[in-house]
Amino acid sequence: MKSDPKQAHLAREFKHDAPLINCRFDPTGKFVVATAEDRAVVRWNLEAESGEKLIFPKAHDSWARGIAFSKDGGTLITSGYDDTLIWWPVAAAKPEPIRKVKAHAGWIRTISVSPDGELLASAGNDRVVKLWKTADGTLVRQMEGHERDVYSTYFHPDGQWLLSGDLKGKVHQWEVATGKLVQTFDGKALNTYNGGQQVDYGGVRGIDLSADKKHLACAGLHKATNPLGAVSQPLFLRFEWETRKLIRSHVTEGVEGIGWGAIFHPEGYLIGCAGGKSGAFLLFWNAEEDKAFHKFKLPGTAREFDLHPDGIRVATAHFEKKLTITKLVAKAEEKKGEPGAA
Amino acid sequence: MKSCHYSCGSQEHLLARRNFLGGLAGGAGAAMLGGLGSLVHPATAAELVRDQKRMLVVRMAGGLSQLESWDPKPGTSTGGPFRAIPTSVPGIHLSELLPHTAKQMHHLALLRGINTHESDHGKGNHKMLTGRKRMEGVSWPEIGAVVAKGLDEGELTLPGHVKISPGGTGGRSSDSAYLGPKYASMSIGGDKPLANSARPSDLKENAAARRDEFRCMLNDRFALRRRTAETDAYTQSFEQAEELVKRREVFDLSKESEKDRERYGAHDFGRHCLLARRLLENGISFVQVTHSNYDTHNENFNFHFEQLGEFDKPFATLVADIAARGMLDSTLIVVLTEFGRTPNINKYYGRDHWGKAWSICIGGAKVARGAVFGKTNEKGTEVTEGEVDAGHLFHTYLSALGIRSTKSFEIGGRKVPMADPAFGPIGEILT
Repeated sequence: MKSDPKQAHLAREFKHDAPLINCRFDPTGKFVVATAEDRAVVRWNLEAESGEKLIFPKAHDSWARGIAFSKDGGTLITSGYDDTLIWWPVAAAKPEPIRKVKAHAGWIRTISVSPDGELLASAGNDRVVKLWKTADGTLVRQMEGHERDVYSTYFHPDGQWLLSGDLKGKVHQWEVATGKLVQTFDGKALNTYNGGQQVDYGGVRGIDLSADKKHLACAGLHKATNPLGAVSQPLFLRFEWETRKLIRSHVTEGVEGIGWGAIFHPEGYLIGCAGGKSGAFLLFWNAEEDKAFHKFKLPGTAREFDLHPDGIRVATAHFEKKLTITKLVAKAEEKKGEPGAA
Repeated sequence: MKSCHYSCGSQEHLLARRNFLGGLAGGAGAAMLGGLGSLVHPATAAELVRDQKRMLVVRMAGGLSQLESWDPKPGTSTGGPFRAIPTSVPGIHLSELLPHTAKQMHHLALLRGINTHESDHGKGNHKMLTGRKRMEGVSWPEIGAVVAKGLDEGELTLPGHVKISPGGTGGRSSDSAYLGPKYASMSIGGDKPLANSARPSDLKENAAARRDEFRCMLNDRFALRRRTAETDAYTQSFEQAEELVKRREVFDLSKESEKDRERYGAHDFGRHCLLARRLLENGISFVQVTHSNYDTHNENFNFHFEQLGEFDKPFATLVADIAARGMLDSTLIVVLTEFGRTPNINKYYGRDHWGKAWSICIGGAKVARGAVFGKTNEKGTEVTEGEVDAGHLFHTYLSALGIRSTKSFEIGGRKVPMADPAFGPIGEILT
C-alpha cells in the first residue's frame, strides 16, 4: 500500500503507568516495544485486538534508552542508563534476560544492529563507540574520537560503515572492519553553547540514510535561546552522502522543541518527529525544499518514534504514559477487521 | 608606604579589635559604626585568633536538584535515571553524579530537611544568603558580609568578603547593607590579575609615597573636625585597596603550581576552586564561588550530568586540600542553592522549582563530620523529619564558626539582630 502522509491519522493507543522514553517496531512488524521512566521494557502485540501488553521483568537499574532487534526479530536488545546491555527473547510469554553485559562507563544512549545482524553498536556518555557480537555479546572493537557524549548511532545499509553523532553535532563515519575513523559530517548547527546559562545543548538525536543511499539526515535542534527553559526549534539536516556537503536545513515553522529522530520513508520523503512547547508533530519533507510539505499534530508530547516495516504505521512514545500508532494513509484505505482500525 | 595616622593607630581602631575579642561590650565601641559588641564567645576568642576562622560557600546558581545530588531516590517515580552510590560514610548515599565528593563525605554533612517555602529565584537567593525573607524597603547583609565582620579582628586589611564567578572584575557590591562597604563583596573572575591593581608604570614609587602622605595629611586634618561614617567608609575602602595592591599576588592564580591547576581542572569552576583555596589560605574570611547553571526546567538529567560532572572533582579536591592542610576545623564549607527542584519530572525531562523539601551540603568548622540531619519521604515530596528553614541555616553557619548568632550588631545606636531571632542554630549538626 502506498503511503500518503497528508492523510495521516491516529489509529491506536496503548497505555502504560509511566511516561514513555523510546519505542521500536520489531523487524517482523508483529510487536512494538517501548521503554519507560519506571525502568520498564513494555511489549505490545500489534496483531492482537487488545494489544496484549506485556511488561518485561525489570532488569535495568535505571531507565532504558536504547532498543534494537536481531535481524530475524527473535532477540530484543535494550540498553540502559545503568551502563548495561540486556538481551531478551522478544516473543516469550515470560521473557527473562538472556544476557547482561556491563558495556560502558556511563549512560548508553544509543544502540544499533548491523544490516547483516552480526554486530551491535553502542555508545553514550563515555564517548566511546563499541561494537559487540550480537550472537554472544563479545566485544569486537571500540572506537574513540568523540569529544562529547554520543547521542546516536546508525549502520550504513552496506554494512561497511557505522555513523555516530555527538552533542557537538559531529557525525563520525567509522570503518566497521577496522574501527578506523574515515571522515566526519559537520552538523555543528545542531549544537548551541549558551554562554549566559553556561550549558551545551543539542546534539545529533537521530541519523538515517535515504533508500537510494544518497542523502544522510540528522535530527536535533537549533535556535536554543533558552536551553534550560526548553526554548529551541527542531532542525533536520540533510547531507549529500558522497560529498558530505550540507544540502538542506529542514525547518519546522510553528514547531518548537527538539527533533527527536529522522527516518527516510522507502518512498523517498523524510519523516521527522519533533516536539516541545508547541506540542508534538510528525513532519514530512521532500528533498527539494527546506520547508515541510506536511505536518501532523500528535496528542501530548512525543519523545521518540519509529516507522513500521509496512511503511504505513508510525509509533510514537509519549510523556503522557502512552504509545500511539499513526497511519500514513486515508482512513478508508485501512483493511477492514485490522486490529485497532480507526 | 605610610598609612594614614588615625586608621592605623587611633583609639577607635584599637577599641574595635578589643570589642571583637569580647573585652569591651558597649561603651566606646558601641558608638562606632557597626560596633561588634560581644559577638563572640569569650572562650573562643583566642581560638578565633589562632585558628583564623573562614567560610567557603559554593553557590549552585539556578536551583540544584537535590535528587541528582544530596538526596537521591533511585527506583521511585520521582527518582530519575541516576543511581545512588555509597560514600566514605557507611549508610550515606549520594547521586552517582558525585563520585569524587562521595569520597570526601567523612569531612562533610547533609541537611536533607530544608523547607524555605520559596520557589522564586530572587526571593530564594535572598533568603538563603541573608537568612531572612525579602521585604520591600529593607536590606539585610548577606552571610559573606556578616561573616567578614564577625571574623574581623580589627586588622582586616584585604577585603574579607570575596565572590568568585566568571567575568568578575574586582568591583564591589552593596550586599553588606548596613554593615557598610568595608564588608561588601569584591567580585573577581580569577582568570586574569585584578584590574587596576598595579601601580602605573609612569608613577614612580617615591612620587606615589609623597602623594599618599599628602592624602593622609588632608584626611587626618579633615577627620579632626568632620569625621563621619561616610569618611570612615572611604578610608577603609582606600586602605583595602592599598593593601590589595601590595598583596595582589594573593589573587594571582598563576602563582599556583601547574600540578595543582591540573588537579582542579582547566575550566572556570576548577580555576575558581583553586583560587578559593588560595584566598582562604591567605586569610580571606569569606569566599563564595558560583557555579552555573542548574535551572533545569528542560533536560534536567543531561544538564545535571554536564554541570555536576564539572563540579564534582574540583569541589572534592578543594575539600580534600582544606582537610589535608589542617584547615578543616577552622573552615566552614557550605554548598547551597536558592531552592531544590520538583520531584515530579516534567514533559521536557525537566524539573521545576521546589522550595518545599530539599538539601544542602555543609562541613568543616564545628559541623559534625559525616552527619545527616533531616529526612524526606520516599518520593522526596515532603520533609518528614528535621525540617529547617533558611533562618536556621544562617544561625547554624555563624554558630559553626564560633560566632554568637543570637547577638546583635549596633547600628547607629540601634541593636539589629545578626540573624533572624525567630530561628536558631541546628544544634543536632553542631559539635
